[in-house]
Amino acid sequence: MAKTIEEINEKIKDGKVLVLNAEEIIDYVKEKGVKKAAKDIDVVTTATFSPMCSSGAFLNFGHSDPPIKMTKVLLNDVPAYAGIAAVDVYIGAAELSETESMNYGGAHVIEDLISGKPVKLKAIAYGTDCYPRREIETYITKDTINQAYLFNPRNAYQNYPVATNSSNRTIYTYMGKLLPNFGNATYCSAGQLSPLLNDPYYRTIGIGTRIFLAGSQGYVSWYGTQHNPGKERLANGVPCGPAGNLALIGDLKKMSPEYLKACTFHGYGVTIFMGIGVPIPVIDEEMIEFLKIKDEDIYTEIFDYSVQRRNKPSYGKVNYRQLRSGKIKISNKYVQTGSISSYFKALEIADILKKEIKNGKFYLTASVASIPLEEECNSLDILSKEEL
Amino acid sequence: MVKRKLVLSFPENIVTKPITYRLVKEFNLEFNILRAEITPDMEGKMLIELRGNKDKIDQAIKYLSDTGVSVQEAAKDIIIDKNLCVECGVCTSICITQALSLDNKNFKLKFNKDKCILCELCLDCCPVSAIKVNI
Repeated sequence: MAKTIEEINEKIKDGKVLVLNAEEIIDYVKEKGVKKAAKDIDVVTTATFSPMCSSGAFLNFGHSDPPIKMTKVLLNDVPAYAGIAAVDVYIGAAELSETESMNYGGAHVIEDLISGKPVKLKAIAYGTDCYPRREIETYITKDTINQAYLFNPRNAYQNYPVATNSSNRTIYTYMGKLLPNFGNATYCSAGQLSPLLNDPYYRTIGIGTRIFLAGSQGYVSWYGTQHNPGKERLANGVPCGPAGNLALIGDLKKMSPEYLKACTFHGYGVTIFMGIGVPIPVIDEEMIEFLKIKDEDIYTEIFDYSVQRRNKPSYGKVNYRQLRSGKIKISNKYVQTGSISSYFKALEIADILKKEIKNGKFYLTASVASIPLEEECNSLDILSKEEL
Repeated sequence: MVKRKLVLSFPENIVTKPITYRLVKEFNLEFNILRAEITPDMEGKMLIELRGNKDKIDQAIKYLSDTGVSVQEAAKDIIIDKNLCVECGVCTSICITQALSLDNKNFKLKFNKDKCILCELCLDCCPVSAIKVNI
């Protein structure tokens, strides 16, 4: 029996909705079967809490007197992109401070703004008849500025590779510190809790889907950059590597630093832990087949990050149950594993979202457009105009 | 009789010298190698506990320094700042003795101080700088 979003929202309103998180549903289906689960359960909450470099915020500062058309902008010494209208900027999470290098960056500016801390704004301009001011130095907080919203071009990746290092030196990567001679391996997915692994063909998650975004109610605004749904998939729909992903939008002023955390990967740079929760409506039995997925059904591929090329050598596939056990076998050697994605925080977010839905504070939305199932992911080749 | 825990760093050129042997032979020290490794740039590192006469230990340290070995008192403690930690667990992959591990019930980071040998490999692996040394 199919269920509509309207019917589910009606149940939320009446306080009769049954919501489980993506971990709880596994045993529920095992005990009661797919049919009963599809009938009983209305919503399954999924979540992730991982570093997602492709994140950032649009800010509008309001106009000074006399006004300025900002051309170069620094927020706590971190450059923000000012090539939009006079006092609009985009601050990217991965941008580094001009004075503190990797110890502070765009992610920290965003976290400081969310936390209500003052942020130093410095800007210069060339001066025009309508915007005569040529420089400004002042302090802002999220309450003194106008709109401030996160617009993250690539978040919530559907699966991600495992990183290891075959070389004889320690390497510092966006997958963390990798010790020599397969000294360790790191991975980065919420696995069975992960939003796009519970809806692998984007049947319910689409453009316009309301989500939990770092403590606020945000939305899926588009499909993410490098969206690559055509990646090889297992029979259960799981792509064995980074496939689809989402572009997300949400109000910075309503976010909480509990669910968004600036961080630094030593030797690599600044990035940001994003806490994301996505409710998945149980529209039919087929949806249960996807939602019952567990760590051992989700495979990903191990790559050698010491090879500094676009295509890295593969050391085969492992599942998330093996990864979470703390060690895997690579080339006949036991290698310790560690997750960059926090399962603890993801579970916390899935439960918060569950509570909000139960308490009638979060209603589901039908998507207004689908996320493409066919999209190519191009590489950048060095070509002359004639070779294009 | 005193006890001191030291981290010895051997530069590449003396990594093959029988230095610990001389600690016994010339300074009559007992030692316990808690950990030894050759780091990627081929520098040797050793966490060693020395036991013996206080003056002999001081002389031994002088000998080590003169030979080109850098001698550091071992860190007193590794501390996890739970206010900063996001429980990701990436540090558990680095921790050879598994003093750092994820609790398989609540998925939070556990730190078993007794297993920690103060190798400090974890210090620069924490994305939120929650791992610190208390000196």
